[in-house]
Amino acid sequence: MSMGSAFRSLSRAMFLGFVRDRAALVFSILIPVLFLVLFGSIYKSTSTPRVSVIEIGRVGLLDQARSPQLNKIMTITKATSPAAALEDVRKGTDDAAVRQQGNTLVVRYSIADSTKSAVVNALFSSIVQQANLAATGRPPAYQLAAHQVEDVSLKPIQYLAPGLLGWAIASGGAFGAAITLVSWRENKLLRRLRLSPVSTGSVVTARIGVSVAVALVQLVVFLAIATTPYFGLKLTASWWMAVPVVVVGTLAFMSIGLLAGSIAKTQQAATAIANLVILPMAFLGGAFIPLDFAPNWIREVSYVMPLRYLVTGMQNVMARGLGPVSALPAIGILLAITVALTLISIRVFRWDDI
Amino acid sequence: MVTVVPATISARALRKSYGQVKAVDGVSFEVQPGEFYGILGPNGAGKTTTLEMAEGLRQPDSGEVTVLGVPAWPRNQKLLKRIGVQLQASSFFERLSAREQLQTFASLYGLPASRADEMLGVVGLEEQAGIRTEKLSGGQKQRLSIACALVHGPELLFLDEPTGALDPQARRNLWDLLRQINAEGRTVVLTTHHMDEAETLCDRVAIMDHGKILEEGPPAALVRRLDQPLRISVESGLVGADAARALAEPDSVTDDGVSLTIATHDPGAVLAGLADQHALTGLRVQGATLEDVFLNLTGREYRA
Repeated sequence: MSMGSAFRSLSRAMFLGFVRDRAALVFSILIPVLFLVLFGSIYKSTSTPRVSVIEIGRVGLLDQARSPQLNKIMTITKATSPAAALEDVRKGTDDAAVRQQGNTLVVRYSIADSTKSAVVNALFSSIVQQANLAATGRPPAYQLAAHQVEDVSLKPIQYLAPGLLGWAIASGGAFGAAITLVSWRENKLLRRLRLSPVSTGSVVTARIGVSVAVALVQLVVFLAIATTPYFGLKLTASWWMAVPVVVVGTLAFMSIGLLAGSIAKTQQAATAIANLVILPMAFLGGAFIPLDFAPNWIREVSYVMPLRYLVTGMQNVMARGLGPVSALPAIGILLAITVALTLISIRVFRWDDI
Repeated sequence: MVTVVPATISARALRKSYGQVKAVDGVSFEVQPGEFYGILGPNGAGKTTTLEMAEGLRQPDSGEVTVLGVPAWPRNQKLLKRIGVQLQASSFFERLSAREQLQTFASLYGLPASRADEMLGVVGLEEQAGIRTEKLSGGQKQRLSIACALVHGPELLFLDEPTGALDPQARRNLWDLLRQINAEGRTVVLTTHHMDEAETLCDRVAIMDHGKILEEGPPAALVRRLDQPLRISVESGLVGADAARALAEPDSVTDDGVSLTIATHDPGAVLAGLADQHALTGLRVQGATLEDVFLNLTGREYRA
């Protein structure tokens, strides 16, 4: 009879407690969003490295090769003197200095930045080959068609948004559950609830409901910001499948928090345990460092990090354009983690400190 | 014709151990309907565990306790609707106002939110209705936590150290409230280590130590049973110590330069003698208190 009303008012009480807690709002919404804006801006233009080249004297081949595509990846400036140009390349202000001696193109570059030196080499050898080809006056016999396996729009934001969102949801779920459990045990509210006719199930579901609602708000805020033209997140067809991933991800991290809160005696200890679990996971589970660009050992370690499954599950459907089914393994693993940790928590759970 | 009213709480031979420690070691007591019952004892005496078993929070190792005619263990939602428990002043939901706390607790018992304003009136917190609990004073928090325990109109109310850290005004104010609650016909069970509180509020008290009830009865009867001499004091210099000793057969006479104090089992003769000598200025008569009973039973040794 009163189950519904008890559940509703418990949810309301917990929700009000959350939105009135400035620290909780800052940690679960503001800081993740700041990270998104910060990382998003830093990595915005780094998908193809731009190279800056100094032209010493007049380089006919370069003028001949100029095209809008080339201008996109190469900035050309005129040299004041050959010596100054070389000095700039040495210092790293510019990436290459180029001059033409008769039919030879002389390119001076630094190996300090291996990526850029490779781009410079490839760029100029292709310019020379194109010029050679043009000199024959015949159409090319062979052509190269190269395509990225990812969606052409796979910019860093496509990795960053699900990664940082995963981290935000993981921290929200784990800290929320751990701190609620310990503070309610400390102030005896847990005992007070046990002395009222409300069922344990209502209390637990209300708490889960509030955490899931917060996680969905995090999802909406992240998508709203990341899909603005400035950041340019392009959601792929099955992005809606991220919603169930977020829900089970919240459950999994709440169960981590539940275990931390069951073991810990004080709020400080609970926070410390949750931090100890979440922070390494943020780096090793693909949240801060995208796994595609991470060193091999991180990729291997990531398999034992629950966060990996939350992040990759969301990436698959939101950013990689894979079908809805691609999120199912992640959902399954997150559910298994939830069940296992909850069973352990039940064994170590205490209603109050004895 | 005799009608037998069943006891509100009936505890029989309760035992509970934590590891090697016998927290409660054979406790039996009954609380009658409408009674104000106190459980006193030093820290670690076993009063909290006894109360927890009566509330149905813990299962006794042996013995049994029935509350309102129903076994307290296992947890029984029907019984929980008939009892109210006030724990500590801080057992609230975070960042809710006084009214919101009461609305939430009311709904746990399936009651409408309007009950909250009614309860704010009962405990005199109408003006604090919109204030968050974290910002209430100690006395206001206590009143609110009592309101939360009373929100569903329980027949039996458990109070755990209700006046813990309150100033004297707030304590007296709260005592009035508790008396009023009891006068409405509710049975109240109180644990405390404030002897004055137990003496003014309780119809009957049980003094516990080492997991056992050492003595039980109305506070006045326990004090009388102690049979301590009455201490009569008057201003120094009105009557000499030797003259005072001659008044009856006092147990002792002391004079500290401010007051002459005569301890006696025959106060009538001493007072009459002092009156004859017109030596009643500054008269004070002090009897033993519940505190003396308590210290006599539990010892004066300090326990952390």
